[in-house]
Amino acid sequence: MIRTTPFHERTSALNETGLWEHWSNCLVAQRYQMSEKFEYFAIRNAAGMFDTSPLYKYRITGGDAERFLGGVLARDPRRCAVGHAQYTLWCDDRGFVIEDGVLLHIADGEYLLTAAEPNLAYFQGLIGRLDATVEDVTEDWGVLSVQGPYARDLVAAVAPQAKDLGYFGIVRAKVAGVPVLVSRTGYTGDLGYEIWAPAADAVAVWDAVAAAGKGRGVIPFGMTALYMARIEAGLVLLDVDFHSSRFAWTDADRTTPIELGLGWMFRDLAADGGNGTAASSNGHDGHDDRAFIGAEAIKRELREKTSRWQLTGLMVDWRDYDRIYDAAGLIPPKDHTPIQDEYYVYDEGLNQLGYATSQMYSPMLQRHIALARVPLALTTPGSRVKLELPVAHRYEYFDASVTRLPLFNPQRRTA
Amino acid sequence: MAKSKSTREDRTYDAIVVGGGHNGLTNAAYLAKSGLRVLVLERRAIVGGAAITEELRPGFWFTTFSYALSLLRPDIIHDLDLVKHGFMPILMPSTFCPKEDGDYLLLGQDHGENHKEIERHSKHDADAYDAFNHDVNKVLQAIKPLLDEVPPDIFSDDPEELIRLAALGSRFRRLDRKVLHDAVRLLTGSAADFLDDYFESDILKGYLASTSIIGTKVGPYSQGSGLVLLYHLLGEHDGEFGAWAFHKQGNGGFTKVLARAAAAFGAEIKLESPVEHVITEGGRATGVALGDGSEYHAPVVVSALDPRRTFMELVDPRELPTDLVDAIRRFRFQGTSAKVNFALDGVPRYPALGDRTDQYRGFTNIGPSMEYLEHAFDDAKYGWYSKRPYLDCAIQSTVDPDMAPPGKAVMSCFVQYAPYKLRESDWDAERQGLGDTVQATLESFFPGFGKLVLQREVRTPLDIERTVGLSEGNIFAGEFLAPQMYFFRPAPGWSQYRTPIEGYYQCGSGTHPGGCVMGAPGKLAAGQVLKDRERGRLRGVKVGGGGAGARGAAARDGNGTGRTAAPAAARG
Repeated sequence: MIRTTPFHERTSALNETGLWEHWSNCLVAQRYQMSEKFEYFAIRNAAGMFDTSPLYKYRITGGDAERFLGGVLARDPRRCAVGHAQYTLWCDDRGFVIEDGVLLHIADGEYLLTAAEPNLAYFQGLIGRLDATVEDVTEDWGVLSVQGPYARDLVAAVAPQAKDLGYFGIVRAKVAGVPVLVSRTGYTGDLGYEIWAPAADAVAVWDAVAAAGKGRGVIPFGMTALYMARIEAGLVLLDVDFHSSRFAWTDADRTTPIELGLGWMFRDLAADGGNGTAASSNGHDGHDDRAFIGAEAIKRELREKTSRWQLTGLMVDWRDYDRIYDAAGLIPPKDHTPIQDEYYVYDEGLNQLGYATSQMYSPMLQRHIALARVPLALTTPGSRVKLELPVAHRYEYFDASVTRLPLFNPQRRTA
Repeated sequence: MAKSKSTREDRTYDAIVVGGGHNGLTNAAYLAKSGLRVLVLERRAIVGGAAITEELRPGFWFTTFSYALSLLRPDIIHDLDLVKHGFMPILMPSTFCPKEDGDYLLLGQDHGENHKEIERHSKHDADAYDAFNHDVNKVLQAIKPLLDEVPPDIFSDDPEELIRLAALGSRFRRLDRKVLHDAVRLLTGSAADFLDDYFESDILKGYLASTSIIGTKVGPYSQGSGLVLLYHLLGEHDGEFGAWAFHKQGNGGFTKVLARAAAAFGAEIKLESPVEHVITEGGRATGVALGDGSEYHAPVVVSALDPRRTFMELVDPRELPTDLVDAIRRFRFQGTSAKVNFALDGVPRYPALGDRTDQYRGFTNIGPSMEYLEHAFDDAKYGWYSKRPYLDCAIQSTVDPDMAPPGKAVMSCFVQYAPYKLRESDWDAERQGLGDTVQATLESFFPGFGKLVLQREVRTPLDIERTVGLSEGNIFAGEFLAPQMYFFRPAPGWSQYRTPIEGYYQCGSGTHPGGCVMGAPGKLAAGQVLKDRERGRLRGVKVGGGGAGARGAAARDGNGTGRTAAPAAARG
């Protein structure tokens, strides 16, 4: 039986299209109005509201909560002080990614962690003798994401405490009398916030934000606009850009954090293969000497440079794109609809180099863009590759250049 | 910027562009990108020409003249790195066409929904709409490449030009018979004849025919309106023909992006610097003189002004061949459109749609039938503005909320017809009369509209001419009539951006392919300048390749003169 989110009373009234997707067995709007592109522009030019409630949410508490997370998460949670959030991921002991999520340190010894898929048994199985508990609190919260240049104004209007919240900061606030958490987070690559409200009172929070945005072009946006924004921002999606190592059949379907372009998470990781006994170090010296799951493999990968490939951005040469379609007698389509599927990447001699996992025409960048896995030698920005796409029932090879992620990265995102 | 103690040396450039509108800026950016030291001289205190956005009331931004973006050539976006400088065309996802009986046609982004909406007016027209779009798209596909090419010189014996002409011919010969026939029907015929072949619904025909009259002194039943229709359908947003976008902060926002791009390539832009005339020595341009007597020097001077100003004002007609002067005298401007812009206390209510407001996310087209449009034209034929004008409205703050304070709105109304020459009156006397007529027309469709008006700005053709400098207020710098297009824009033999004066070029919308904020004239003219430099055609500019073998611009006079009796042929 399909379920609904805490905001459904509002989102169902606003969805003019009757188009819904199933996300973790919840109804979420694919788009609210006939033009998802208009919703996308609200994110980039005003602000959009997105119901992100179906994400799995875990609450981790206890005197050893930090130590527990420090052993499980690949990014050092000791660097995430109370009142801060952290984009993180967890790996298997071969250094392959299981999943990614956002860790919120909401109080001393109390964290929230998001995940795309169920991970409760996995986490609980790793507690051992530590003083830590992990609970699934997914349904306790309605999470309203407010994304776009106006997001700060809107959030400040409903929760003045959040006005000066820094990038990945968290603050407790009251919106319409409802106690909430506001985090400066999102999945659009834009200025954005997520408001975590108790499920029972979530609608009041939606109404408050909608009222603050009235007359300012603030509209709800659906999954399609979200995917458009996340591809431009180079934010990876489970089962599209990577797969959980726990459920992959072969290593070809597994990926390491460094291969995903997230090597920056390990800047402080002791590259000498430390003995891992110093997990009690507070980490504030900038030295990550934790013995977390996958640490040895990640250190080895860093040290021996054994990454097989790296996720990078591609920008398709627009002239070549138009030329190929013109030659086929077709009007070159510039369709913003995200294609979250695999297309192959070649060299000039048409030897396969790698593959793209997500692609679209970006209205902001005025080009076709893709997220793609290419060999390390080709990760230098400007490297030329060919992207294989079907045109008029046969494959054609489009010039593309390797571009650093994120492809779209406005200053306001972190300012 | 010029130093306080200027010497001839620091007032010398590789190229000077006269006029900082979108074509002048595009031209300057391309030239600067190629390494030339470029100076843009703009008369006004802002860049943009007719593509400007002004805050006429605190928090309310008006697109004073030009008001949407569609035909800008995609290569300009990429060649000039406009995305990096803030280029942002926002989709206008709907078109709202109110009817006089209170009903409406509302088209959007969903194909199936559009079918059902058209079926409310005519079940016949729903699939005819698909057939029309398909047929027109085939024509557009065939015509579009012409926008990005310098027209071949049909009066020249240069083998290169003959090859280009042959290539053009063979391209059209390869076309499907129906496509070529449709193209000719559109290029020479009336919009009404073309639309009547497909549709029976007045509202749908009124909507489509509206783009056949914009900026031109024709009605939908006039021969020649088909060409204007075709031009506007050639516009695209992200690859979709006929779709329009609103640039962030309007077209003024767009020209600021262009100016930033030009500056980033090294072009210098001087505002409040009206050029008085082009300095020539021995038949070639050497610089420009400003109204205050100061001079700037360059072996290349590019005029982004319209053909009348380019040939009759910036230079002395005596310096030009008589046939060119005659052709420019015959060149039709006769502006017929005006702008009325409103600051509103909120968005107007359309009774049949209750409290809905999402119909205003694109154009609101007040042109409910071809008859309505033709009646509006009738007034103009006899020297007066339309009693019930055609209005192309856009409440731009619904697309870009930064255009107005929260809850308020700005509305741009393109008004037609408003002929430049009024019979037994003038625009200084009739300005508010036009504003009242427009407001009354809107009131009849949107009861209570007048109560929302916080401020009204009326820009007649005379105001367009005075403010922007476009002769007779013609928004395309010369009408879109067949005898004034392609080989003949702006004059037979002078459609390749050069002029009879060596080193003097033209890059305004009065050259091919014309107005509509395409940028193509600026880009194509820059290509000609660079090509001439490369070939050493410009004396004293570049070594090698020149000499007796080079066909200097002056040599072209002979080819042009005496062979320019062609305009009538194009009327066919």
